[in-house]
Amino acid sequence: MNLRRRMVGPVAVVSLAGGLDSDSAPAVQDKLSKLLAQQPYLLIDFAGVPCVSSAGLRTLLLLYRQGQSLGHQVGVVGMSPEVRNVLDATGFLDFFTVADTVADVVAALEVDAEEELREPVASGS
Amino acid sequence: MNPSHLVRDRIDSFPTHTVAGYGVRAGRPQPFGATLVPGGVNFSVFSGQASAVSVVLFRQGEKQPMVEIAIPEEFRIGRVWSITVFGLDYEDLEYGYRVTGPEYPEINDRYDATKVLADPYAQVMSLRPVWGQPSDPDNAYPYRSRLAFDDFDWEDDAPLRIPSHELVIYETHVRGFTRHPSSGVTNPGTYAGLVEKIPYLKELGINAIELLPIFEFDEFGDSRLNQETGELLLNYWGYNTVSFFAPKAGYAATGRFGMQGDELKNLVKKLHKAGIEVILDVVFNHTAEGNEMGPSISFRGLDNSTYYMMTPEGYYYNFSGTGNTFNSNNPVVRDFIVGCLRFWASQYHIDGFRFDLAAIMDRDEHGVPLENPPLLEALAHDPVLRDCVLIAEAWDAGGLYQVGSFPNYRRWSEWNGKFRDTVRKFLKGDEGVLGEFATRMVGSPDLYKHRGARASINFLTCHDGFTLADSVAYNDKHNEANGEDNRDGANDNNAWNSGWEGPTDDPEINKLRARQIRNGLLLLLTSRGIPMILSGDEVGKTQHGNNNAYCHDTELAWFDWTQTETNADLLRFTGNVVKFRAQHPVLHGAHHPNSIDATDCGHPEISWHGVRAWEPDWSPGSRLLGLMWCGHHIENGAADYVYVAANTHWEGHDVQLPPLDDGWHWRRFADTSLDSPSDACEPGAEVAVENPENYWVGPRSVVVMVGYRNA
Repeated sequence: MNLRRRMVGPVAVVSLAGGLDSDSAPAVQDKLSKLLAQQPYLLIDFAGVPCVSSAGLRTLLLLYRQGQSLGHQVGVVGMSPEVRNVLDATGFLDFFTVADTVADVVAALEVDAEEELREPVASGS
Repeated sequence: MNPSHLVRDRIDSFPTHTVAGYGVRAGRPQPFGATLVPGGVNFSVFSGQASAVSVVLFRQGEKQPMVEIAIPEEFRIGRVWSITVFGLDYEDLEYGYRVTGPEYPEINDRYDATKVLADPYAQVMSLRPVWGQPSDPDNAYPYRSRLAFDDFDWEDDAPLRIPSHELVIYETHVRGFTRHPSSGVTNPGTYAGLVEKIPYLKELGINAIELLPIFEFDEFGDSRLNQETGELLLNYWGYNTVSFFAPKAGYAATGRFGMQGDELKNLVKKLHKAGIEVILDVVFNHTAEGNEMGPSISFRGLDNSTYYMMTPEGYYYNFSGTGNTFNSNNPVVRDFIVGCLRFWASQYHIDGFRFDLAAIMDRDEHGVPLENPPLLEALAHDPVLRDCVLIAEAWDAGGLYQVGSFPNYRRWSEWNGKFRDTVRKFLKGDEGVLGEFATRMVGSPDLYKHRGARASINFLTCHDGFTLADSVAYNDKHNEANGEDNRDGANDNNAWNSGWEGPTDDPEINKLRARQIRNGLLLLLTSRGIPMILSGDEVGKTQHGNNNAYCHDTELAWFDWTQTETNADLLRFTGNVVKFRAQHPVLHGAHHPNSIDATDCGHPEISWHGVRAWEPDWSPGSRLLGLMWCGHHIENGAADYVYVAANTHWEGHDVQLPPLDDGWHWRRFADTSLDSPSDACEPGAEVAVENPENYWVGPRSVVVMVGYRNA
């Protein structure tokens, strides 16, 4: 599994390449978790991920929960229809900002970012 | 919270022994099953007589085991074999147990060391991840268990705790509800598909859904070909459990990924959000292992004589009609069942259980009914299950019929089979049932005097038997498609075809049938007790006279969503009546009504009427009864009057309405003799009637009136 990171505006975009399963998930988890601690907007690009196992999906959910406790947002992009259907059927999709392209999600997250700059909201947790 | 106080490592998370190349240490006997522990997996299994037990591990999908780890004899505590195995990839792992029995077995032992047995506590089974997928004939070990991570994020989901007497139950089948091509959902026939239909359920107004079995079963378990048609007949209903802690993978769109647990939990979570409770139909009376000829899946090879009722000669007692009988009052089996239900209530947030052939659960190991069956008592008082509704199908296939006499600890409710039988007889115009009909409508106090009306699950139809539409279109069952020469299925249907057997173009007959369906729904939903609607009855579902559709995974049994349009009138009628019930607490009180003015509204809570008010005709030939309910209004607590006139006579009658107090008048909510939409109006928009004193109740019609204060 390869991870590539770049910044698009305020959003840290991480592109994954390779299958996300119980073998690769722990390392991905560690790296993304460290990144999310520093970045208020993390976008994970799944376009290079051919298959995701339940352990891989758990990684996503753990990141979501971590982001929530920090007041940081996690977005997902580029999921195959199959992965998207699994996330949808299990209700996990509700947790994430999801879009087809990086630009779409960055736009959605940036709107939030602008709103927060104008009117800071206290974190609930 | 100071993070340094979190436990990071455990000093027992390192192996002490090596077996077959794997680091292991003595396991923990509790909990039973396979549990993820730091660094490894803890396996624990009970066997009363085993002389050796191995954990057999497979890589997912591979035909042969990757390793067998014999549990060292010194790891055994009591009769529980447990071991912690380190360094396993939980996601890619399938497992089972190989159990060797004593050299000189008792007659009822069935140890077989050639088999790999499923873990009775497995939370995931890899038997058949996609519905209807044929087995691999080369797979010698089809019954493999898997691990579940089990950390679903429920967010703020909490038990709804709807008072049980306010429930309106909708009985349905996970697959059948959305499998039909007309369902229009993304994943037809699945838990996820059902999620997409929640708005429909909410619109209908029901607040509890009862799912036919969702514990892992094998649809191919007793599959066969219909000799005449060549059609493959599967076990569609699923009353044949393979694994009691594992949800049916084939009902999940994500079964291929082993995520059926998450998908089902998401369904429960979404239903709760919509205010709908979830009741599971559970089958503890027997297992899928069948009789002497059946497969060794799990219990048979672990401890046959503990888990099954056996004759002294070594045969299986068959009180379930399916080959074996689960020995549910044995202390080990009892613990298994209680633990299983606690698991579903706590891990899956299930709100209630309906127990298939529950009368079996009060038999002892020889099949003798017990006065104080320990299992039923334990369930009634269980701390985790305290808020769950417990519903008994209070009979079995061994001739025990306990409607009204099921050991109940003032806690259990029952499928009231007598409600169904009596109201159906009354509907078709039988003589001599008016008195019993009245008793059934007020919550069957003759049966449930000490438990209250909430003990009575009132229903006209359920998965067993005719649909409501078929009960007014057929006199007799037509089960030829089951391939058993129409021998299977019940013969006492209390059904009347309204003048012609099966479909007809005769407009008068069709009109009568439409009215009879509405009569049934109206009586069901104005009765005291907990009403249950069979999925599809609200749109006139037909099974073409088949009253035992257990083997049809076809359009015969599926919910046809086109009927929500073709029978939109009936759907609208049903929704209005469900909502009407919710708005009138006097109809869904927890207790049995009495004939005194307990609510101080000027009239008794229930009073009986005939063609003349206050003069009910209880004679055997009478087919007309008026029921006046008097209680408190749901919003303002003022008096609330509901009058139901049920006429199953083939002639209409000019009925005197019971006079209300000064300043009140009757308005019509429903009249099944009228065309839609006048058959039932929107609750709260009841219609003024011309004559305040008398109302014409048409032939075979039911009328419902509501008391209004004069403007």
